[in-house]
Amino acid sequence: MAPLLRSQPQGLCCPEGGFFIDPVRPVERALITHGHSDHARAGHGAVLATRETLDIMALRYGPGFAGSTQEIGLGETVTIGGVAVTFHPAGHVLGSAQICVEANGTRIVASGDYKRSPDPTCTSFEPIPCDIFITEATFALPVFTHPQASHEIGHLLKSVRQFPERTHIVGAYTLGKAQRVIALLREAGYNEPIYIHGALSKLCGYYESAGVPLGILEPATMEERGAAPPVGSIVVAPPAAIDDRWSRRFADPLACFASGWMRIRQRVRQRGVELPLIISDHADWEELTQTIRETGAGEVWVTHGREEALVRWCEINGIAAKPLHLAGYEDETE
Amino acid sequence: MERFAELLDRLVLTPSRNGKLRLLTDYFATVPDPDRGYGLAALTGGIGFPAVKPAMLRMLVMERVDPVLFGYSYDYVGDLAETVSLIWPAGENEEAEAPSLSEVVERLAQASRSDAPAVVARLLDQLSPSGRFAAIKLATGGLRVGVSARLTKQALADFGQVDVQEIEELWHGLWPPYTELFAWLEKRGPKPENAAKAPFRPVMLAHAIEEADFANLKPADYAAEWKWDGIRVQAVAEDGVRRLYSRTGDDISGAFPDLAEAMDFEAALDGELLVGDPRERTGTFSDLQQRLNRKSVSQKMLRDYPVFMRCYDVLSLGGRDTRPLAYAERRELLKEFLTTLPPDRFDLSPAISFETWEDLDDKRCNPPHPIIEGVMLKRRDSHYLPGRPKGPWFKWKRDPFTVDAVLMYAQRGHGKRSSFYSDYTFGVWAGPEEEPMLVPVGKAYFGFTDEELKQIDKYVRDNTTERFGPVRAVRADRNHGLVLEVAFEGLARSTRHKSGIAMRFPRISRLRWDKPSREADRIETLEAMIPKGAGA
Repeated sequence: MAPLLRSQPQGLCCPEGGFFIDPVRPVERALITHGHSDHARAGHGAVLATRETLDIMALRYGPGFAGSTQEIGLGETVTIGGVAVTFHPAGHVLGSAQICVEANGTRIVASGDYKRSPDPTCTSFEPIPCDIFITEATFALPVFTHPQASHEIGHLLKSVRQFPERTHIVGAYTLGKAQRVIALLREAGYNEPIYIHGALSKLCGYYESAGVPLGILEPATMEERGAAPPVGSIVVAPPAAIDDRWSRRFADPLACFASGWMRIRQRVRQRGVELPLIISDHADWEELTQTIRETGAGEVWVTHGREEALVRWCEINGIAAKPLHLAGYEDETE
Repeated sequence: MERFAELLDRLVLTPSRNGKLRLLTDYFATVPDPDRGYGLAALTGGIGFPAVKPAMLRMLVMERVDPVLFGYSYDYVGDLAETVSLIWPAGENEEAEAPSLSEVVERLAQASRSDAPAVVARLLDQLSPSGRFAAIKLATGGLRVGVSARLTKQALADFGQVDVQEIEELWHGLWPPYTELFAWLEKRGPKPENAAKAPFRPVMLAHAIEEADFANLKPADYAAEWKWDGIRVQAVAEDGVRRLYSRTGDDISGAFPDLAEAMDFEAALDGELLVGDPRERTGTFSDLQQRLNRKSVSQKMLRDYPVFMRCYDVLSLGGRDTRPLAYAERRELLKEFLTTLPPDRFDLSPAISFETWEDLDDKRCNPPHPIIEGVMLKRRDSHYLPGRPKGPWFKWKRDPFTVDAVLMYAQRGHGKRSSFYSDYTFGVWAGPEEEPMLVPVGKAYFGFTDEELKQIDKYVRDNTTERFGPVRAVRADRNHGLVLEVAFEGLARSTRHKSGIAMRFPRISRLRWDKPSREADRIETLEAMIPKGAGA
């Protein structure tokens, strides 16, 4: 019997159901876990995803990003070609889902990207019991231990008090991380306007319309005004902008970067970051291994990231595991 | 411990001096005794725990972590202390409060060689990842956060609003955790008395002379000496205690036992530390570098690179403070005193006789020895004053060397300059005349104006051929390239650089937009500038 899911050049394929999960090339029928551009690409025939993921894809690619779209709620099941497909929350970004496929008594869960730590901007991950768990492995080394995000936001606010004459520019991925950083600042009681790079405005607006309050946001740069935000402000921008010419308009910019990679000092130095904020939308080592245990999966397929370390951990713990080589997925940043 | 760890993490990433000072003064202002005192001791190099070695850490972590996973992690992180701090399994009782810095210091200090592994393991169990990293750095020595002892003392001075010289003068009589020092700085207690024997005397420094200064200076008021290219030291021997200090008051006696042994006197002398034998030869700065920054010195080092002191001042003699005397009087005392010292270890910095400034300029441009980097002017009636008073002492350096080189690579700067390509690797031509290749000879990141920085930044972005992370390769060939006039203080042979040459203190002196890249200098021009070994 053919396997329920297998790796193909286009991406993870379910031959029986006739669909792909997060394909990297255009296909007839695609199931999309979340809106990050390496998972959600334009040009598929039919797309099945959560309302939020569909909205985000439309925002990024325009309304005609796919031939047709179908919305699915978290916890909802549809049957495609005899395969039962259920979406479950992944806790990664707004609208993100794990995709559970089940047929002939076998259940496989494709995690997409996920994290376990609390996030005010999206629904929390739920472990789904399964036979085979396909896990991401972005931070799959035991050296990746993400501290509590509130602790990192504390560092940022302390630095703003300590260096009030400087503009803190926080590099954060446009979808998810930026909104999470802003929401975390609000949770920590920071009520000043937060200044955002133009590339963030559409998605921040969308998060707010989806019920995620972000407080007062102001554009960091305006053509007609030309004036920079007041001294001592916090600016949120895509990572590539923090050390680029764009940042020169601000008062003595202090480059911050919110990313799980900031755990590694060499990465921090490479990026020329002055204040690293270890805030990640991916599971750290502890969360990855805890999740594998909680799914009860007898077999684990490991994809995009440091597959070998997680495969090794599974071997030590008596769980069958193999790397699943899927091309086309990127590191968290940029 | 967490506050200290946080301080280290921020210091290492904060490029500006003022930023570092603020982080340090905030730390001193907000962390209580005795923790801040131990933090101060760690930053000034005053703490070390010889029982803790990297091999021990590796053994401890291997007992706890799968070796294959450790291998993947170490390969990825690239630093043992960091890998251990991150991979160390979190302790059981996380509610229990993490130990303070003083507790960490106390426990490490009490650990014997045999129980050190257990003590260290227990500490690592109780700390967070960044706390563990700080504890490991503290225990194995060498924080490497880009903060000198001098800068830390400056932060203390800022914190207590006193002059940094007052702190330097007291420093060697004080011990961790420095509670009386902090009490004084916070105006809660008296100024600590300097109880140390053979204390450091803050040194007198010179201003660089400028063209306009000469109009107001009379040659007859000044004595002149050669400016030797060594390091400034102060040799103090009092009541049987002998100390050799750097110009910032760090005790460097341990690295120079040959000189310390010869300090059989009762005096404090100011002078230049050089390699060689003053009666025969004076070594180059790169010879002297063989002896710098070493904890222990081999017999071979002592034989091949003996050090001596070329003295130019006396600060104390036979228990008498001579600093209030005039330069001319001190010099007479020094001259006479030096006749009683071993001639292979001490000599007198010779005076240069001159009538007019033109006369001296001529001598400055034609020094009698390659290790001379200019002349010093000292007012004959001046007292020995700490710091850099304007007027009594001037330095008049030899003009720098310059070379025309071609920009090859540019790297992003840090802090204020993080959006600019501001660190430049430049090269000169090498190989056959008809088919030359650029070989990198140095790197410079200052000497240009803000306006010029913008121009070079634009040039780099418009002429990038390849990118490697924060570095860009810039188009540089016979027909295309930006010529930089690079000024530097000297050259030495180097096995670490592809060109075989290391430049001292290179900086950009001019942008030569006008000069075709093929007309930049060749490597032979630089090779000809290397001093031919030692010897007068």
